[in-house]
Order: sequence, then structure tokens, then C-alpha cells
Amino acid sequence: MSSNDYKSEEETLGKAYDARLMRRLLSYIAPYKKYVIFAIFLNIIVAALGPVRPLLTKIAIDDYIDKSDYSGLLTIGLLLFGSLLLQAFIQYFLTYYTQYLGQKTLYDLRTQIFNHIQKLALKFFDKTPIGRIVTRATNDVEALGELFSSGIVMVFSDVFIILWILAFMFFMDVRLSLVSLSVLPVLIYGTFLFKRKARESYRDVRLHLARLNSYMQEHITGMSVVKIFHKEKDELKKFSSINKDYRTANIKSIFYYAIFYPSVELLSSIAVGLIVWYGGGEVLQNTLTENALTIGVLFAFIQYTEMFFRPIRDLSEKYNIMQTAMASSERIFKLLDDNTIIKNAEHPQKLESVKGKIEFKNVWFAYNDDNYILKNISFTINPGETVAIVGHTGAGKSSIINILSRFYDINKGDIFIDGINIKEIDKSDLRKHISVVLQDVFLFSGDIKSNINLNNKDIPLEKVTEAAKVVGADQFIESLPGKYNEEVKERGATLSVGQKQLISFARALAYDPHILILDEATSSIDTESEQLIQKAIEKLLVGRTAIVIAHRLSTIQNSDKIIVLHKGEIRETGNHQELLAKHGIYYKLYQLQYKEQEILTS
Amino acid sequence: MKNLYKLKKYFIKYKKKLFFGFFFIVLSNMGTVYGVLILKDSINALKENVSPDILLKYGLMIVGAALFAGFFRFLIRETVIVVSREIEYDLRRDFWAHIQRLPLRYFQNNSTGNIMAHATNDINAVRMFLGPAVMYSVDTVTRLLLVLVILLILNAELTMYALLPLPLLSWLVYKVGKLIHEKFTVIQEKFSQLTTMVHENFSGIRIIKSYVREESEMKRYAIESKDYLKKKMNLVRIQAFLMPILFLITGISAVIVIWIGGIKVINNEMNLGEIAAFLVYLGLLIWPMIAFGWVINLVQQGEASMKRLNKIFAEPYEIEDTKLTDRSIKEIEGKIEFKNVAFRYGEHQPDILKGINLTIPKGSTIAVMGYTGTGKTSLVNLIPRLYDCTAGEVLIDGNNVKSIPLDVLRTKIGIVQQEPFLFSDTVKNNIGYGLKEIDDKRIYTASAIAQFDKDVDQFPEKYDTIVGERGITFSGGQKQRCSLARALVIDPKIIILDDSFSAVDTRTEEEILQNLKRFMHGRTSIIISHRISTVKDADQIIVLSGGKIAEQGTHEELITLGGIYADLHYKQLLEEELKELN
Repeated sequence: MSSNDYKSEEETLGKAYDARLMRRLLSYIAPYKKYVIFAIFLNIIVAALGPVRPLLTKIAIDDYIDKSDYSGLLTIGLLLFGSLLLQAFIQYFLTYYTQYLGQKTLYDLRTQIFNHIQKLALKFFDKTPIGRIVTRATNDVEALGELFSSGIVMVFSDVFIILWILAFMFFMDVRLSLVSLSVLPVLIYGTFLFKRKARESYRDVRLHLARLNSYMQEHITGMSVVKIFHKEKDELKKFSSINKDYRTANIKSIFYYAIFYPSVELLSSIAVGLIVWYGGGEVLQNTLTENALTIGVLFAFIQYTEMFFRPIRDLSEKYNIMQTAMASSERIFKLLDDNTIIKNAEHPQKLESVKGKIEFKNVWFAYNDDNYILKNISFTINPGETVAIVGHTGAGKSSIINILSRFYDINKGDIFIDGINIKEIDKSDLRKHISVVLQDVFLFSGDIKSNINLNNKDIPLEKVTEAAKVVGADQFIESLPGKYNEEVKERGATLSVGQKQLISFARALAYDPHILILDEATSSIDTESEQLIQKAIEKLLVGRTAIVIAHRLSTIQNSDKIIVLHKGEIRETGNHQELLAKHGIYYKLYQLQYKEQEILTS
Repeated sequence: MKNLYKLKKYFIKYKKKLFFGFFFIVLSNMGTVYGVLILKDSINALKENVSPDILLKYGLMIVGAALFAGFFRFLIRETVIVVSREIEYDLRRDFWAHIQRLPLRYFQNNSTGNIMAHATNDINAVRMFLGPAVMYSVDTVTRLLLVLVILLILNAELTMYALLPLPLLSWLVYKVGKLIHEKFTVIQEKFSQLTTMVHENFSGIRIIKSYVREESEMKRYAIESKDYLKKKMNLVRIQAFLMPILFLITGISAVIVIWIGGIKVINNEMNLGEIAAFLVYLGLLIWPMIAFGWVINLVQQGEASMKRLNKIFAEPYEIEDTKLTDRSIKEIEGKIEFKNVAFRYGEHQPDILKGINLTIPKGSTIAVMGYTGTGKTSLVNLIPRLYDCTAGEVLIDGNNVKSIPLDVLRTKIGIVQQEPFLFSDTVKNNIGYGLKEIDDKRIYTASAIAQFDKDVDQFPEKYDTIVGERGITFSGGQKQRCSLARALVIDPKIIILDDSFSAVDTRTEEEILQNLKRFMHGRTSIIISHRISTVKDADQIIVLSGGKIAEQGTHEELITLGGIYADLHYKQLLEEELKELN
């Protein structure tokens, strides 16, 4: 587990500015353009309220305290207080307002991504790990938060605070401004240098933290393996070394902070020292010449030196925000640009009612270019018939399901339903008439009812219970404390394999399809549940055209026709007896599973 | 604070560094405070027409004081904060060492996510207490005392007026900080709910697509997403309030100094230098006062987290080497006996196994059958002491398993679990997991027996291919065969296969069983299975029912016995015949 794996995966940060990406990002705030401009305008105004106070202090000292003007001093006091109140009020409003705009933009983006992913074809999900797609839809969007909520607007605020301070300083005294600002280049350079170093070390910290967390996550999940092989000692060593790397990274990053903050304080003290020395000298000459410095100006300048630091530090952080935003947005846009979509025909045919005749004509299919999984497949299923498809692992059985519902498009040949080419049929119409029951039952967190009707309001509780009754799932559901409202945990963790299968049968039945595709589960199940499931399957198949990917020969024997697939080709067709008599592939499959029992009966 | 008291031993370990750290805090603050006094003097000097040289001296002294303070401030972080990271390291290491020794029961009762939350959030909260909270509380108190003394000397009345709003500041930060923490927790919960929903949707995308539920899913997501937006804005409302109010309160202090201080200057009760000093000192106090409210939150969160951690640290190990352990046992032969064994998972739970008496001779093969939930896995888990039986005893070579050193016991038993777990590491490291040192030859041999070698040959990097999300995903069958190879490679004396072929197709299973026959020679093997084809050749077969051994014998014997085994067998055949009659 080298550290490089993590680095290359999530931690590669590129440049901080990319005009193309930025333009596209800005297009998301376009709907709120007027509001954003208003916020920026307000920011420019409020930026002046801070820097104006040292100026007021100067006036208080030079014009009122020096001249013993009590009422003038009170006026300044009230003005100062007023500016504080106004600033606090506007700032509260602004923060809330810009955050709202930002969060709303994120909401737009988040739902756009989700909706886009819903439309993507299964091919996309095959080639992309789920974890990565989830990260795009959640964390990557979150990473744009700062850019949208404070980044864009606050840049203006920081820049204008600096500009206002400069304006006030130069207005009061140009030469003292230049002298006290002489530390500014060092401050700016130092801040940006620190930010870069801190960023690098933070990345290092994050990297090691990710390693630490994934180590723990994995080893807690696999703790039984650690125990079985009695590896506790070795694992503790491994853990300690990862833990140590994390500590080292942290201590390294402390160093930069330990240098930086005292340095900033030192710089502002140097500025104060300069003001005392140079400005003080000028004040002393005040007694000789007319328009020289006053003590009030010194006061103001000392306050300004303290004010400079925050906007500069904030600006240097903007670099960070931009960089993260660029990296995240690039990944997000790549996802949004992914066009792995099964397209509808230009004028798709509506499919109101279906008789259920299925025809495959010389169908060729490959997941990847030339690697054909299905080769020249042709067969016909008449309405109401059940066809069993059998074959060894990798024969291409499940691919037949995938292409019939157009989860994937075939490469060559045609598939017809009731004589209509499925490419001409509206995709959602097509799928509405075909229910698929998959081998691995997938349950959503929610309740039993929502797992049967999949939140479809057209399927009320009565229909749900009816479907459950028909497949024999009602028995166990009624015994649950909450019955149909019983909570289903993630992946149906509290239910048994057999119960999950029954729910998935009820689900298929509730949607009452004309065509049913059943991918039988192979996992071992006890005989009692097995019998329940066999009965359920029989009920399910009544009156429908059905394709069963069969793993138990007992199921197959009930079917009207058996298709034996081998290495992507149809090798044998017929009923159970005919195929056995052939002594071909089917016979071999049969023998492998039931030979022993047959020897014993004879 | 009583939970945090448990951290004492760590503090003692680093007491020297910490002591210096606190000493530096005092020195640094003295430097800072002194610098301001110089500023005061220099401003007052302006009224007295001193020579420019004196001003230069003052300027240099201000810089000198800052240099002094800054140097020690650097050292504070390098001691106090570094110590917090060191203690964090120690604490996490102790945590992990402890976690590893806990019995499997613990992991059954606590989800991975839950344990992870303790390992990350709680340890982090404690770290925040150790570092920033400790540093800032010492810093705040020191600075507050120093500044307060000087301000009182300068002008007691003005000090009172100016500092009036500051306790309000601490209180506000404490209150709002707490509120923010609460709202933030709500947001995190909502975010993880959103993530779960997205994750579920993408995992179940086939279902969604085949039942054409995309539109309804989009609607559901939009609703959840909007709720997340709402919860976020709840936090924003408070956060947006915090900063302006902080500015306002600290600003009011400054206004008071200028106004009341100004009056005092006019009345000749104070001078301008003192006003300047007041303004700067106020600036110095603001951050510590803010930090003070923050620190109280950190301490509270640290205390709550430490309480949770202490609870975990108090969990008993249960299965360990004890006084009973006989260190002279270095090897095991493979004869296994169960004597009147009973087992249950918890005190208030029903017996899973009861009255089990069974002898498995060295080098023989036994098969265990029975419906789901009859205690098959529980039975075999007692042999390597993954759990200890609640009554009776389990013996190996005549020794109670509790007397055999765990190191000997577990390294001599190879188990393939029902749901095998593989690490996200290379194929080679996974198969060789139980080896002291990776041995390619042994790994290849084991993979060949498990019929896994041909699969590996097709992986892009062969045995160096990474398993899992960052590498290739194994099918269920591949996982089972890989973990079979992992169990075989350690050359165990006892092999336990817990339904290990359920995802392997029958043809491959037959081939593996053929290979195993040779490998198992001279080793004791226990095979749990549902398939009769897998178990029929075993030396003896037991059938568990209701936690007891219901039947015992060879395949032929059990068929003749006419019990559960025969019934199971017969039912399958009967179904066959009935179907064929159609």
C-alpha cells in the first residue's frame, strides 16, 4: 500500500486558475447575477467603515482632545459607535445573503449532477467505481461551496478594504504612509510563502490521515481475519508506522504556523517602530513648521498597521479556494460531459399494451468493442411462454437480460417485441412492460412498502399487500412489528436472504409486467425457504412471457423451452427430456449437479 | 473533568516539555506587554520635545520586545502543540492496541462506522483539548493577568469601563460556539444521509432503471437536497451573526477608551500615551477573550469524547492467554474433542449450541450439515477460540484450547470464512497474509490447489494486482478461492471450510475438492456445506439441529439411518422425480 496510490487518486491539485473552467463555473451564478452585483456593491461600501475609524480617532485627538472640546469628542464617540453598528448590521446581512446565494448555487449543481447520473447508461456504472461517483455528487460539490458562498464576493471586499486603508493613509500623510508600508512587501511575500508551505504540509497531513483512516476502516471490518491468522502484533507495528507518519506530518506543519504568526506580529511591531521613529520625529518638528504630522495621525497609522493583515491573509486563502474549486469542478464537469446515455429514437414509438412476443434475430453483443459475449443469437418466445436459459458461468446468460431492457445496446442484429424493434420504442415504455428480478436482491433503506412499490404513488398499499400475498411474502411481513411500515435498514441488513428474494418477487408482481425476466439466485438457501420461493416463482410466471436465467434444474423443468447457451452461442434448444436424450451440454450440466442422487435412486 | 483526568499519564510523560512550554508562554506575554509600555512612553515623549535619537531608541526597543515575544511564541507552538500531537499519537496507538485485543463479539455488536467515529472524531476532540485548549487557557490567563495589572495601574476607572463588554464576549463565544457545534452536527448527519442516499441510488441503479423510477428518485433527491440547504442556512444564520457582534463588542470597548479616556486627557487625569496603550492592550485581549469561550467548548467536547473513549478502554479482552496457558505447548497434532459444549452469544441470549460431544480423530475429515441458524459456524469458531464456549470444554490433542497459547493455536488452524474478507493489498500479500515472510513458491502452490492460479494469470499485474476498489474487484467465487489459498498457505494442521464453495460453480468445486484430498492428507479438516456432493466423502458427517448433534455417521450410515440427512437427500430426489413425471 504505497502512499502514491492515494496521492494519484484524490490529491492531485492542479493550477489555481483555468479560464475555461472558471467561465463554466460562473455560468452557475448567472441566474443570480443581479443579486451578486448588489452584494459586491454593498461590500465595497462596508469595506470603508473599518478604515474610517482610525481617521475619526485622529480627528478626536487632534481637533477635540487637544483643544479640550468635550462636545466634539462626544460627537466622534457617537460617530464611531454608529459606524460600528452600521458595519455590524450590513455585515450580518451580507454574510447571510452571499452564503444563501452560494448554497443555492450548490443546490442547483448538486441536483443537476444527480439528475445527470440518473440518465447515464449502465456502461458508465460498470467502468466507474460507485465510491467515485458518490464523491463527485457529494464531496466535490461541497468543495465548491467556499468559492460560491464567499470566494467570489469576498475577493472584492478584501481588495477594497486594502484600497480604502491605502486611500486614508495617503490622504493623511504620504511620506509616513510610504515609510510604514515598507514592511508590506515582506508581509505579502511572507503570507503567500507561508500559505504555499502550509498548503503543502496540509496536503501531506491529509494524505497520511486518509491512509490512517482507511487502514483502520479496513482492519476493523476485517478484524476476524487479523485474529484468525494471529497477526495482532504485526498489524500493530504496521499501524504504528502509519500513525507515526501522520504525527510527523502534523509536527512539520506546526513548524510553519510557529514561524508565521510570530513573524506577522514582528512585522507589525516593526511598522509601529518605524512610525514612532520617523513619524515621531516629524511630530517633533510640528512645533517648528506648520503642516506637519500630528499625534492623531500616529494613532491612526498604528491602528492601520494592525488592519492590513487580515485582508491579505484572506486573499492568500483565496488561492486555496480557487485551487480546490478548479480541481473539483474539473472532475464534476467531466462527469457532466459524460454522455454514456442510451438514446431514444428520434420519434420513439409509444407502447401502450403488450402481448409479449419476443424475438431475437442474429443478435451480436459485446461490452467492449470486439469481445463478443453473445454471438448470432436468434430465438422466438411466444406470448405467455416461459423460457429457461441455462449455461455454464460466463456463457452470456445475464447479457440477454441486459440487452432486452436496453440497459446496453446490441452491436448487430435486432430484437423485437410484438414485432416492433426495441430501438424504436420509448425506453421508459419498454422498461415499464418488462420487470427484472435480479440475482442479488437490492433493497433500499426505507420500509417494506417502499421497497415493494419503489415510492410509486400509483401502487397503493392494497396493491402492495396483494402482491406480497401472491408470492407468499405476507407471512413474514405480517409477523414484523411494523408490518409493511417496518423499517428496512441499508441493504436490508435485518432480513434473511430468502425474505429479501420474496420482497423482490413482490416488487416485480406489484408492477404487473407483461414480460418478466428472472435471474435466479445461486446462493445456498435452506430447503424450507427454497420451497416458498419455488412456489412464488410459479405464481409469478402465470400469464406472462418470461425468461428465466436458471441455476436450479428443478426450475427449468417447468419451462416451455430451454435454451442452452455456451460461450455466447445457442448450442441446444428443446425441453428437458429432449435435451437429456441428446447427451450434449445440457446433459453434462445436469449430471454435474444431480449425478450422485441419481446413482442412489437406481 | 474526571474523564479527562485519565490523560494524566500522558501529560506526565511529556511534563518537561510542557513545563517549558508554559514558561515560554509567560516570557512571551511579558515581551508583548512590555512593548506596549514603550509605545506609551514614546508617545508621551513627543509632548516633551525629546531628541530624535531617543525616538530611534524607543522604536528599536519596540521591535526588540516583539522579537523577544515572537521567539518564545515560536517555542510555545513547538512545545505545547507538538506535545499534543505526541499524546494524540500515544492515545491512538493505545486505542488501536486495545481494539485489536477485543473479542470478535465486540465487533459483532458495534458497527465499523461506530468504532471509526471513536477513532477519528473522539480522538480528535481530545487532541483539540490537549493542544489548543491547554495552550490558549494558559496563554489567556497569563496575558489577562499581566495586562489587567498594568491597566489598573494606568487607570483603574477606565479599565473598568473598557473591560466591561469583554466578559460578554467570552460568554457569547461560548454560547454561540456551542450552538454552532450543535447545528454543525445536524448538518453532518444530513450530509451523511444524503451521501447514503446517493450511494444507495447508484448501487441500485439497475432496479431504478428497470422499474423506470428515475423521475421519482430525482424528486426525492431534490427534496432531501433542499432540506440540506435549509439546515445549512440555519448554521449560516448563527455564523453570520457571530463575527459582526464580535467586532461590535470589541469596537465598543475602543470607543469607550477614546471617549472616556479623551475626557480624562482633557481633564489632565491621563495622557495620550496611556490612551494608546489602552487601545493596543484592548487589541491584545480580544483574541484571548474569544479563545476563552472557544476553549470552554473544546474542554466540554474533549470531556464528552474522553468519556466515550474510556468506555471502550474499559471493555474486557475476554479471550487472551492467561495463567492457565501452558507455554510448553509448541505444536498441535490435530485431534479435536468437544465435551459437553454449550455456547451462547450473550448472557441473556438463548443457547446456540448445547450438549455437544464429538471427537474428530487426527487427520480425519468431518462434514457439518444443517439448516441456516443451527449453529454450524458457531461450532467451528470455538476451535480457534474466536469465541469461548460457555459450558463444557473444547480439547485439541487432549489439551483444553484455553491452555494452548493463542499464538500456537491460531497459526496452526486455517479457516476459510463464510463471507471472506480480503484487504486492499496485492493478491500476493493477501494470500500470504498468515506467513511470517512472503514466500512466492508457497503462495503459488496454495493458489494452484485452490484453483485460483488461472484467475491470477489473467489479472493485469498477476500476483501484484491490487484487490478492491482501488484495484480489481473480485467475484464471490474468486474471493472464496483466494481466501482458501490464504488458509492453505500457512500449512495448517487443522483446516476449517465454512461454506466456502457457495459462490464457486460445481465443476470448479469438484476440482478443488480433488486437489484438497491430496493436501488434506495427515491434516484434520472440518467442512461446512449445504451441498451433499461436497460432504458425502467425509469420514464422518454430523447434522446439527437446534444447536445439538442430531445425527452422526458416514454418508451411507446416515442414509440408512433415515433421519434429517436422509430426509434432506430424499426430498431433493423426490422433487426430481416428481418434476420428471410431468
